[in-house]
Amino acid sequence: MTSTLPDTRTFASVSVGDEIAPFELPLTRTLIVSTAIATRDYQVVHHDPSIAAERGSKDIIMNILTSNAFVGRYITDWAGPNSFISSVKIRLGAPNYPGDTMVVTGSITAKDDDTRTVTVAVKGTNSLGDHMNATVEVVLP
Amino acid sequence: MTNTSPSIIVDSTPEAKAAFYAELQTYVGLEVGEPTPGPDEVNAPMIRHLVEAVGDRNPIYTNPELAADSIHGGIVAPPTMLQAWVMRGIDGPARGGNGPYEKMNQLLFSRGFTSVLGTNSEQSYKRYLRPGDHLTMRTVIDSISDEKTTGLGTGHFVSTRQDYFDADDQLVGSMLFRIFRFKPAAKVPPAKPQPRRPRPATTYDNQWWFDELGEGRLCAQACANCGRVRFPTGPMCPSCHSRSYDKVELPLSGTIHSFVVAHYPQVPGFDYPLPIVLVDMDPSTSHIGKLGNDRVRMIMNTADSAESALAVGARVRIEIRATDPDMKLPFAVIDPIGATS
Repeated sequence: MTSTLPDTRTFASVSVGDEIAPFELPLTRTLIVSTAIATRDYQVVHHDPSIAAERGSKDIIMNILTSNAFVGRYITDWAGPNSFISSVKIRLGAPNYPGDTMVVTGSITAKDDDTRTVTVAVKGTNSLGDHMNATVEVVLP
Repeated sequence: MTNTSPSIIVDSTPEAKAAFYAELQTYVGLEVGEPTPGPDEVNAPMIRHLVEAVGDRNPIYTNPELAADSIHGGIVAPPTMLQAWVMRGIDGPARGGNGPYEKMNQLLFSRGFTSVLGTNSEQSYKRYLRPGDHLTMRTVIDSISDEKTTGLGTGHFVSTRQDYFDADDQLVGSMLFRIFRFKPAAKVPPAKPQPRRPRPATTYDNQWWFDELGEGRLCAQACANCGRVRFPTGPMCPSCHSRSYDKVELPLSGTIHSFVVAHYPQVPGFDYPLPIVLVDMDPSTSHIGKLGNDRVRMIMNTADSAESALAVGARVRIEIRATDPDMKLPFAVIDPIGATS
């Protein structure tokens, strides 16, 4: 366990056009089920493959709350603990099925000096296409 | 999720569509149900479960000392976890009810917009939540789009806004959640290849018979020694044991000797119920059996005939039809006025 708080990026150190290092997420069945349950989302399409198939889905799929959670993790892994996320807007696309990999990428699209808010465009892509296109606003010190 | 309604209202005129859309719009701005309290207050164990599952190592979620050193002043919940604090869990959302949301859905269902897909989630946070916060959620129908057609089908985007309040009734976060409620585009089922009939097991002794059928001739064998007509084909005359034979072409007519209608087991390549008839074939006009035993019976299916016309003694015409590009077989067609012979 770290004994000191990791550094946080400063507003001044970030420029529009900066890219955030990509993050590869292997979509294991355990991941999809454990995150669904941890967000209290017990819809069967997030944990029961046979019922998912009956309802026309190829397999279980990641739930939306988890897509949100990974956007949050991606941003704070980059920004650090003293950042404050003020909004996460997600447009959903291709489902995240087990066995696939989601690659998350991000770039800085805007900065607001008055509120020290940075806007980040985040994209999550899997083998089927775009899983999500997100816009995140994060306040930096 | 779909809801099947017995009959779907079709708004065929622009006026009818406009009236439907105007009725939909009356639901915009209405609050959905009573304010929903979260079952538990924000708590460290649930935060830990989620950040462990997500692999989020940000210390402000789980490390009290480091979190205290941060701008957050102590443990906080990941902001994106907002929705989870009011999720109903394994019992799922309350079904039924007769509130504005259910009525709006009934209206959409009445036009066939029965399928649903989440398309957008837009969350904003006033502050991060701390253990001990107890949230209450209020939901309002925020907007309903006019009719849109996407790759999935035609329908309406419905947005609801969830506002989350703390115990002091202060707004801590909001979520705009958009779904597409649609009539699925008609799917053309891929043409299922019709399974072929089972192939006959052909041998040196019967291949010629199928070859003759392929040429449109229905044959039997006549013993070259004693003249006995026989079927099915075989290498030796059952009467005189001669292995010499002639092919004899049969007239395409006969009489049902017996029949059965098969229901089970069902073999791919056949339609059921499946009539199977045993036909007393009319004798060959070109070959008169020396011993008089020149009648043969053949098993075949029927064609273009009602099952009710099946009767022992019914007269049949026999048609040679292609069942596959490379196979022809005889079929009995029952003469509707079939006089009993």
